[in-house]
Amino acid sequence: MEAFTTHTGRAVPLRRSNVDTDQIIPAHWLKKVTRDGFEDGLFEAWRKDGAFVLNQPERQGATVLVAGPDFGTGSSREHAVWALQNYGFKTVVSSRFADIFRGNSLKNGLLTVVLPQETVDALWQLTEEDPATEITVDLVARKVLAPGVEADFELDENARWRLLEGLDDISITLQNEGDIAAYESGRPSFKPQTQAA
Amino acid sequence: MGRTLAEKVWDDHVVRRVEGEPDLLYIDLHLLHEVTSPQAFDGLRKSGRQVRRTDLTIATEDHNTPTLDIDKPIADPVSRTQLETLRKNCADFGVRLHPLGDVEQGVVHVVGPQLGLTQPGMTVVCGDSHTSTHGAFGALAFGIGTSQVEHVLATQTLPLAPFRTMAVTVNGELPEDVTAKDLILAVIAKIGTGGGQGYVLEYRGEAIEKLSMEARMTICNMSIEAGARAGMIAPDETTFAYLQGRPHAAEGADWEEAVAYWRTLRTDDDAVFDHEVVIEAAELAPFVTWGTNPGQGAPLSASVPDPASFTDVSEKLAAENALTYMGLSAGQRLRDIKVDTVFVGSCTNGRIEDLRSAAAVIEGRQVADGVRMLIVPGSVRVALQAVEEGLDKVFTAAGAEWRHAGCSMCLGMNPDQLAPGERSASTSNRNFEGRQGKGGRTHLVSPPVAAATAVLGHLASPADLSDNAVPAGV
Repeated sequence: MEAFTTHTGRAVPLRRSNVDTDQIIPAHWLKKVTRDGFEDGLFEAWRKDGAFVLNQPERQGATVLVAGPDFGTGSSREHAVWALQNYGFKTVVSSRFADIFRGNSLKNGLLTVVLPQETVDALWQLTEEDPATEITVDLVARKVLAPGVEADFELDENARWRLLEGLDDISITLQNEGDIAAYESGRPSFKPQTQAA
Repeated sequence: MGRTLAEKVWDDHVVRRVEGEPDLLYIDLHLLHEVTSPQAFDGLRKSGRQVRRTDLTIATEDHNTPTLDIDKPIADPVSRTQLETLRKNCADFGVRLHPLGDVEQGVVHVVGPQLGLTQPGMTVVCGDSHTSTHGAFGALAFGIGTSQVEHVLATQTLPLAPFRTMAVTVNGELPEDVTAKDLILAVIAKIGTGGGQGYVLEYRGEAIEKLSMEARMTICNMSIEAGARAGMIAPDETTFAYLQGRPHAAEGADWEEAVAYWRTLRTDDDAVFDHEVVIEAAELAPFVTWGTNPGQGAPLSASVPDPASFTDVSEKLAAENALTYMGLSAGQRLRDIKVDTVFVGSCTNGRIEDLRSAAAVIEGRQVADGVRMLIVPGSVRVALQAVEEGLDKVFTAAGAEWRHAGCSMCLGMNPDQLAPGERSASTSNRNFEGRQGKGGRTHLVSPPVAAATAVLGHLASPADLSDNAVPAGV
C-alpha cells in the first residue's frame, strides 16, 4: 500500500449526498480483473453531462474530493476506490462514509477524512468561489487546512499508523500466525467444512 | 452485564485482542464469486501465498453470468475472461467451485444457506455487501472489499474495528398482505440509508420470530441498505428445522452439540443495545420506493413526496435529484406509475417462497401488454424446485420469461438490463441511478407487488387485482 503522510491539492466540490458505489464505478466496469484502468469509469454517467463538476476545465488535476454525506454507500466493490485513485484523487472529505467503502479506502492508501458538515460546507464554498484554492490534508497532524479553515479530524491510531507507514495488513496479521493456529486447534467439530480438509 | 447476540458471536471468534489494535477475528466461512476475487488471487500469487483454509472456502459464479443460452460460449469476451479467471484461480489454489451449468450454482447468498454451510454463531464473509443475508441464521456476516478477500484467503482472519449494536424490534403480527420485503423497506425508510452506520442490527420481536428462514434472509439481506455493518436474527426452532438434514449440517452427536451451543446464542435479558428502534407490525402496508436510494420509499397507497417537505437540506436535494432522474413529480400517486419491466429474483427475493408468492398472484392472469417480466431463480436448486411445483409453467403461461439462475438484472452486469428511460418494478435491493442499466429507473417491491404490477402495468398490490381476473381453477 502507498503511504499517506500529507497531501496538498486543488479540490472537486461534489454537492451530492448518498453517492453510492454504482455511481462511482458502474457495474459493467467490474468485469475487469485488474486493479487499474478504471479512471474513465469514474462517475461515468454523470460525466456525460458537460456541466458536471469533474468536467470543468478548472477542476482538471484536482486531487481532493469534497463530497456530501453518506459517500460510498451500497456495493462493497473496491473498484470504487481504485477508480478514484486511478483518476488521481488522493483523499476524499465527507461528513459520513459508508463503512465498507471507508475500510476499502484505508486499505489502499486513499485517505477518507470525516469532517463536520459545516466544515464540508465551508470547503465547498471556498473551492466553488475559487477553484485554484488548495486544501491540505495532513495525516501527521490530523488536520485539514484551507484558507480560513483549520479542522482537526479523527482516525483511529492503528489505521493512522498503517497509512503513515504504508503497511500491508496481511504481513502484520501473519506475524501472529501462532495465535491463528492456536484458535484453529480449538474450533468445534460441528462447524461445517466446504470440503475434506 | 449481559451480552447481545452479536457480541457473543464476536467474542467467540477473537483470535487476538491487544489494547490499541483492532480485534483479529476468525472467519468460519468465506464465499467467493467472479467479480471481487480476481485481484485478490493476483495478490496471493505476487506474494507467494496460499489459501490457508480451502475447507472453509467456496466459490460460485453469479454476478456476471448469462441467464439465457448458458450452454453456449459467453458472447462478451471480457465477461468470459472473468469467469475463466475464477475457474483458473479455484483450480490453482484448490478452492471448491460451482460454475455455470453446475447443479449447485447460483447467487452466492442463496447457495450458502441451501447447502447448510451457513449456520448459527458463525462468522461469514464475502466480497459482496449482501453477505448480511446470512445473519438470518444468527451468524455474524458482512461484506468485505477485495483487499480483505485476499486477507481472508491468506490468513482466514480479519482485523476488525468494534461495532455498536442496534435492536430493531417489530411488535405484533404482520398483516396478511405485508411481506418481509415491505417490512425491511419500511425499516430503511425509517432509519435512513446511513442510520445503521457502524451498527450490527438485531431484528427481534414477535413479527420476526414468526417469519420463515427465507423471509428472515430477505430482512437481513437489506441491512446494508440502511448502512449497517450486519443484520442478525437469533436462531430458534425455525432455524434448526431449516438446517437439519442439509448437506453440510452436522449429524448425530455433533448435531446435538451444535444445537446446544446455538441455543445460547440469544441476547441476554440484561444486555443493553446502543440504540433501539421499535416498529408496530400492524401499521405496515405494502411498501415501494419512489427514489434513487432504498431509503426513499413509501407505502404503495401514498403519493410521490414533495421535496419541499424534507427539512434536512441534503435529503431535500437528494429528493429533487431523485424525482428528476426517476421522471416523477411530487404528488403523483405511486399506484399510477407505469412500468416497462418487472424483475423477480436476486439474493433478496430469489428463493422458492418468493417465486411461490409471485406465482400465486399471477396464476391464471396475464402480464400486461408492453410489459416484460423476468423470473430469475436465485439458484439452480431453486429453479429445479420451482419446476417440480410447476411454477415455471405458471409464469410462462402468464407471458413471463423463465430464466437461468444468477444475479441478472439486480445489478445489470450481464445482458439483462433496462434500456435508458425504462422503468422497472424489481424485487431486488437497490434503486440506484443506472443500477439496472444506464438510465434505467427502478422501484423496489415485494414479489406479490411485482406480480400484481406485471398484470396491471402500473405499481399495484394483489388487492388491486380482486375484480380484474379470476385465477384459474377457482
